[in-house]
Amino acid sequence: MAQALFQSSFLACSDLSSNSSKGSDIFGSQLRSPEIELSQLRFLSCYKRNPTLRLKALMESPGLAQDTVDDKPKVTRMIKEVPDHFKELKHRFLSFKKDKYLSNLEHYNGLAEAQVPKFMVIACADSRVCPSSILGFQPGEAFVVRNVANLVPPHENGPTETNAALEFAVNSLEVENVLVVGHSCCGGIKALMSLEDEAISSSFIKNWVIAGKPARLQTKAVASDLNFDQQCRHCEKESINRSLMNLLTYPWIEERVIRGKLSIHGGYYDFTDCTFEKWTLDYKGSTMLSESSCSIKNREFWA
Amino acid sequence: MAAKLKKCMMLCCTRKPMKEEMTKETCEEAIVALQKLLSEKGELKAVAAAKVRQLTAELAGARNNGAVKSVSDPVERIRTGFDQFKKEKYQKDPALYSKLAVGQSPKFLVFACSDSRVCPSHILNFQPGEAFVVRNIANMVPPFDKTKYSGVGAAIEYAVLHLKVENILVIGHSCCGGIKGLMSIPSDGTTKSNFIEDWVKICKSARTRVETEYKNLSLEEQYSQLEKEAVNVSLGNLLSYPFVREAVVKKTLLLKGAHYDFVKGSFELWDLDSTLSPSITFRL
Repeated sequence: MAQALFQSSFLACSDLSSNSSKGSDIFGSQLRSPEIELSQLRFLSCYKRNPTLRLKALMESPGLAQDTVDDKPKVTRMIKEVPDHFKELKHRFLSFKKDKYLSNLEHYNGLAEAQVPKFMVIACADSRVCPSSILGFQPGEAFVVRNVANLVPPHENGPTETNAALEFAVNSLEVENVLVVGHSCCGGIKALMSLEDEAISSSFIKNWVIAGKPARLQTKAVASDLNFDQQCRHCEKESINRSLMNLLTYPWIEERVIRGKLSIHGGYYDFTDCTFEKWTLDYKGSTMLSESSCSIKNREFWA
Repeated sequence: MAAKLKKCMMLCCTRKPMKEEMTKETCEEAIVALQKLLSEKGELKAVAAAKVRQLTAELAGARNNGAVKSVSDPVERIRTGFDQFKKEKYQKDPALYSKLAVGQSPKFLVFACSDSRVCPSHILNFQPGEAFVVRNIANMVPPFDKTKYSGVGAAIEYAVLHLKVENILVIGHSCCGGIKGLMSIPSDGTTKSNFIEDWVKICKSARTRVETEYKNLSLEEQYSQLEKEAVNVSLGNLLSYPFVREAVVKKTLLLKGAHYDFVKGSFELWDLDSTLSPSITFRL
């Protein structure tokens, strides 16, 4: 059983000036010489035997190490030069700490005690659409779930990470608004629209985006004369509406919406021309759920 | 209890215009009720303090703008945010944004908590295009399961196979509600929530470890250890995805764990070290 050896390197939080040698200690990477025959994955079998995988933190600085194996010749491990993305992250964290955290210490101390966000946002994991960037949410303002294609599966689909987060945000944090934000050129929606395509052989993506199937069906029904890209765009927006309706399949959400304690909004960010469209769900009662489209109000377009 | 607290807050910091004497009286009544409530329920203190700060800030904003209604209007809030983004970021770097409009090639896949205080774009200043970010309760990565955990699996698959990210970073944080929830699940297995406990028990093995090895620590210190051990369990779970394992073995993918402590203002970072040792041949 592999022994647990948990080591960590603290990025200096008080010492902002000296970054010298610490950077290279953060990680090192090792390349095996090509002469070595690779055996089966030892760490995998270790993992299978040992459900609580013990992890060892690498603290070695770059250098050479030798290993002797049975009757095989001595092996020299070589350290490969890799770009140190994590050095950059260290600088960024220290800048955040200096420019934001320390200059608003009272605010951050308050946040450390409790969070009272007014928004819950469901957004795509796409690197271009972080809600903090495009909508300017500051620390403490929005409880955010990010998944592929910003989907909210309905209650009947069973437990997912998305509805666990919804439960927490709505019942524990008591947010006042839920905002589902979709976006242009969404890879997840494209995968949904391409489901019969043999290229999408990956089961994970398929198994997840299938929750958006009603949006795809509606798109095919009303927009089949459009080209594929235009259909995808239509589906991106329709999928947001489906997600808004799926929110109402959760009784504790519907109940709050009826009481006027919770508002549900949709948003669409088009990064090809930097525009944002926003609308609010106009909830008329449980008959709405059986309808194929949802009623909306207060639509705005920001350009 | 939370509802009662909210009512007190609303009375105390009403935004509707009222006659001064009436306002004062109602406010005083509300303050007395609030004080009584807080003395009865100490744990509400933090939430109450946060609410007071929030409402005070809003009212201060309202006075400055001269308008009472729209400061806390959610639509107004995001509209302002979007306008600022467009002016200060989008329009100032057209080259970057036109490139991003065509495609993304982030180097990072980041798992972060949904907590409003720990957005990776703030603490690590990720710019658009740099990080494919999954956010869920307690930043957990479940083990490979195409049916039960298709959401996270889809994100990892897309990031590793399609976007070809070079790094996966799992970031835990201080005062994590999900981790507290994990620690609080009764040992008889009964659950209070519909979905939350079902999700956080992904890192059940981390809780077992903390309870065994750190049982002499205070509860707060145990939470802190659990926040980090859960990250380790998630890192291990990443290796249960064949495409992750393959990329790690080929050295095209690095796995790292991290912990952001917003109480102390610190950031901890560590590696998952996974190497193949040379084979040993057993001969007769």
